[in-house]
Amino acid sequence: MLRFALLRILSAIPTLFLVVVLAFLMVHAAPGGPFDDERVLPPENARNLEAAYHLDESLPRQFARYASGLVRGDLGPSYHYRDHSVSELIGAAFPLSLQLGLLSMAVALVVGVSAGVIAALRRNTISDRLITGIAMTGISVPVFVVAPLLVLVFAVGLRWLPASWSGDASGWRFLLPVVALSLPQIAYITRLTRASMIETLSSDFVRTATAQGLSLFSIVRFHALKPALLPVVSYLGPAIAAVFTGAVVVEIVFGVPGLGQLFVRSALNRDYTLVLGVVVFYAALVIVLNLAVDLLYGFLDPRIRNP
Amino acid sequence: MRALPTAGALRQVTGGAAVRVSTGILLVITIAALVGPSLSSHDYFSMNLGERLEPPTLNDTRFFGTDDLGRDLFVRTMSGTRITLLVAIVASFVSLVLGVAYGAVAGYAGGKVDAFMMRIVDALYALPFIFLVILLMVAFERNFLLIFVAIGAINWLDMARIVRGQTLSLKEREFVAAARLIGVPPVVIVFRHIVPNLLGVVVVYITLTIPQAILVESFLSFLGLGIQEPRTSLGALVNGGISHMEGAPWVLLIPATLLAVILMSFNFLGDGLRDAVDPRLKAR
Amino acid sequence: MSLLDVNGLTISYAALPEPVVDRLDLSMERGEALGLVGESGAGKTQTALAIMGLLTPHATVQGQVLFDGFALAGQTAKVLNRFRARRLAMVFQDPKQALNPYLPIGEQLKRVLLEHRIVDRRAARGRALELLRRVRLPDAERQYRSYPHQLSGGMRQRAMIALALACEPELLIADEPTTALDVTVQAQVLKLLKELRAQTGIGLLLITHDLGVVAENCERMLVMHRGRLLEQGSTRTVFRNPQQQRTKEMLAAAARLDHRPPERPPVSALPVLLVDRISVRFREAPSGWKRQGSRGVVGNVSFSLAPGETLGIVGESGCGKTSLARALVGLVAADTGSVCLSAEPLAARVADRAPEERRDLQMVFQDPVASLSPAMKVGSIIAEPVALHEPGLRRDERNDRVASALGRAGLDPSLLQRFPHELSGGQAQRVAISRALVLQPKVLICDEAVAALDGTVRRAILDLLAAEQRRSGLSLVFITHDLAVVRQISHRVLVMYMGGIAELADNENLFARPRHPYTRALLDAVPQADPERVPPALPIEGEVSTEGRPSGCPFHPRCAYAVARCREEVPALRQVDGVEVACHRAEELDLR
Repeated sequence: MLRFALLRILSAIPTLFLVVVLAFLMVHAAPGGPFDDERVLPPENARNLEAAYHLDESLPRQFARYASGLVRGDLGPSYHYRDHSVSELIGAAFPLSLQLGLLSMAVALVVGVSAGVIAALRRNTISDRLITGIAMTGISVPVFVVAPLLVLVFAVGLRWLPASWSGDASGWRFLLPVVALSLPQIAYITRLTRASMIETLSSDFVRTATAQGLSLFSIVRFHALKPALLPVVSYLGPAIAAVFTGAVVVEIVFGVPGLGQLFVRSALNRDYTLVLGVVVFYAALVIVLNLAVDLLYGFLDPRIRNP
Repeated sequence: MRALPTAGALRQVTGGAAVRVSTGILLVITIAALVGPSLSSHDYFSMNLGERLEPPTLNDTRFFGTDDLGRDLFVRTMSGTRITLLVAIVASFVSLVLGVAYGAVAGYAGGKVDAFMMRIVDALYALPFIFLVILLMVAFERNFLLIFVAIGAINWLDMARIVRGQTLSLKEREFVAAARLIGVPPVVIVFRHIVPNLLGVVVVYITLTIPQAILVESFLSFLGLGIQEPRTSLGALVNGGISHMEGAPWVLLIPATLLAVILMSFNFLGDGLRDAVDPRLKAR
Repeated sequence: MSLLDVNGLTISYAALPEPVVDRLDLSMERGEALGLVGESGAGKTQTALAIMGLLTPHATVQGQVLFDGFALAGQTAKVLNRFRARRLAMVFQDPKQALNPYLPIGEQLKRVLLEHRIVDRRAARGRALELLRRVRLPDAERQYRSYPHQLSGGMRQRAMIALALACEPELLIADEPTTALDVTVQAQVLKLLKELRAQTGIGLLLITHDLGVVAENCERMLVMHRGRLLEQGSTRTVFRNPQQQRTKEMLAAAARLDHRPPERPPVSALPVLLVDRISVRFREAPSGWKRQGSRGVVGNVSFSLAPGETLGIVGESGCGKTSLARALVGLVAADTGSVCLSAEPLAARVADRAPEERRDLQMVFQDPVASLSPAMKVGSIIAEPVALHEPGLRRDERNDRVASALGRAGLDPSLLQRFPHELSGGQAQRVAISRALVLQPKVLICDEAVAALDGTVRRAILDLLAAEQRRSGLSLVFITHDLAVVRQISHRVLVMYMGGIAELADNENLFARPRHPYTRALLDAVPQADPERVPPALPIEGEVSTEGRPSGCPFHPRCAYAVARCREEVPALRQVDGVEVACHRAEELDLR
């Protein structure tokens, strides 16, 4: 297990490095500079500005500068928000996105797994078809349709919940965004759990457990549940990435000042250090979380834990 | 032992009701999208500010009503469906070719080559492509072609991983060993022996990646970065409809429903094919 | 009243035209051992599952299953659970799949004990350990904590038996319990079952395709064919005096070690295959942290093969025979040593060899259907080697070659258009053999080529190979774990143990007077289809060590004749009375 863990951790490092390189190249490949939108500057000022931000240096030097800054935790200054560094801006926006993301993930897991297990146990009955149908709808309707619909129904129509973020300071303002964000994940996780549980229940060792006279409850509780949930653990990695992506939509629709909003604004402002910073930060987050999920999976699977 | 789907076996598979119904629905929608606009006397771009936000009616062939600029919604929806389907199919094709080639090569080569190639896939996976696509769209001023490439570039990673996994397991099977013994060159082994046995899995995953491609395109349109006016796609139509939700709900609901039906059909189709191809799940 | 009474049992599935079990009648008294035999597809497992109520909802079951007078068929799970494990229990074929890989053995045992309230929570662990000791698992404490993948095959099966006996049932149904095990391990497990039966008086319904197992373990037997009851009676009576034609055929095809060996081919000066000190080292599986099943080590193996000769290579799991086969054909590169074909040395990897060399050395694999490319038609499969090696041939000439190869393998030309998954096991293997022989190779290596086939089909394939040998002077290297097969077709026999040669001798000599204690143990362990025979006491214990190589002679921990020297010094392979053997005590031991 230790060997497995070390190997995974070590292999994450070159991946992270590669990510930084790729992101850096892509950002610099985009035409147009960060100061294009400003008033037209006299050439001398423009040159000074560029020198101050080291844009006159060769690409590899810029990269080296960036990379060494990264290692120290310095993501560079923002081009657009001149008084703030990228790290500051990200630091301000991230906690909100994190809360939103974690809450949604938690909700999605609890609801999705329960629904999936129930559907699997009542396979081909009405409850199953209902659950499967709802899940199917959940992945077929885009988040940016669901979110406004929710606002329309619950905020404008019924007036139960706040319609926008800034209009309310209570915890209730989390509810609609979390629901909107978690819906597609609930749908995926339900389908995944259901399929996995069905497959586990038809495996040989469950047949043995049945032959041993165990009740269905015992079988599910002691023999089937954990193996059936392993694929869901594997899915957690991509799921977290998807949640953070979906958060962009939700943040825009509900006006939440999180990382997604920050990114879109920085792209539109051509604020390249901020863009790069968000991309790298996000990628690092995904890599670390995936690593955690891998390790968790390794811990749960006895074939890896004790070879 | 799991029976691998083969080109031959697939021909025999008609699939269950899910497959047939979904295919039927998609065919109907495709035909409607191609033929529909000719049934109407309007086109997709003419504005008529005197007829804004008209509800659906049979007069004047305004089957779906009009949008906020007086343009005919029926024709726009059908034309938007065409674009949505086109984007999805082309983008999926791009990801298929890239994914299969990359995955088969990595899987068959094995060892260090495989490890290196998959390391790249891991890195690309971590990159938030949505963000990069947005960036590219902004930077390159919303190039029509770029959309296809960008969407295709997001999806090929999944396909590559799956193809590689399948190739790795196929590589260990005895028929590959037998081919090597006879002296069949590696390139021929990959294309004559391995790839045909991947087709089943590939077909299933294509039908499941198409919805993803559609969702990405819709999302881009939602952000205003996708298909540009006056051309439209279902995602753009939905985006436009959101602002009129209260007064003229059909402007949102019609394209949204159509979009949802298309997505669901592809998902059901993919599920049905996957069940047919992996009969273990049904037989026991 | 009988313990088990099955009347008119019929099992059918909507997807299949014929019922898989057709009006079967079966009865068992308390404490008796009934052998349920038949070829694969006969319906034996389905019957067992029906008795236990384990069939899927897709199955339609008619007829009666009475256990101690109580009707079991069609009951709800709740009712059945009062009987399952407590009064009747089942042991399955493949313990690797049948045990939960995610739970330690001890936990699985405790769960059964607690579910049926045999003991309370505090006593559960103790009772579980007791059960593990009862099935003779060494170091019960350790097995209690272990996961199934950490145990060897025989130990896993013992654990399964412990699980089945936890609640002290009256009847044990064992479905091919030893088929997946090495023959020496099988002998030990069957011995355990015999002991347990003697201790507890439990009844045993033993399902197997192996008539030898039935002969040695069951007083009564019932033969099934295509879902129907073919014949039944006391084992001795059925063996001595079979009534049905099918039964006679099955008995004739059954494993006996007293077949007459084939005649030796004319002696030829030049060996067609010369293997010199081949070694293959352990390879870690490429996917990093996951350890796939251990690839056997092969150390320093040498032998020669004459034209027209058949060399049988026998050994159990871990002996390295499959790795050896792969090294010979170049699928895996041998680390040291060389292989010469007609005096020309071969490159270690098949990709580096000349086309003629590849043509002359071919292989047939264990799983017939898996060795044929699923997406290609039979015709194309057989044509592929021809197209590759004789590209100048016109299409009709090529087709002629294919047709004649097919004909020689006893297959109808109508099969040319079929896909592999449409063929039966026997047909598929014939196709594989046609493909291997279409280029008229000099040497054919068969890696467990008949292990997956039933008795009668197996016989036919072996006859086919023998006929081909007589016709063309083909040499065969036949790798198998089945001594009866070896006896039937080999001229010489090579016995491998843990990567090395234990003994290499003539067929006659090996079976009449083995020189290595391992060979003796193998011969004793094979169950023979002769109820009159008293099986000898087994001079072997334990299994092939999973802990790493023992010091000195690799066999010494299990050997009944080991002395101090065996622990210290590795025995060299040497000639003793015309036989090559690797045992320090070869001269002094008389193992007849």
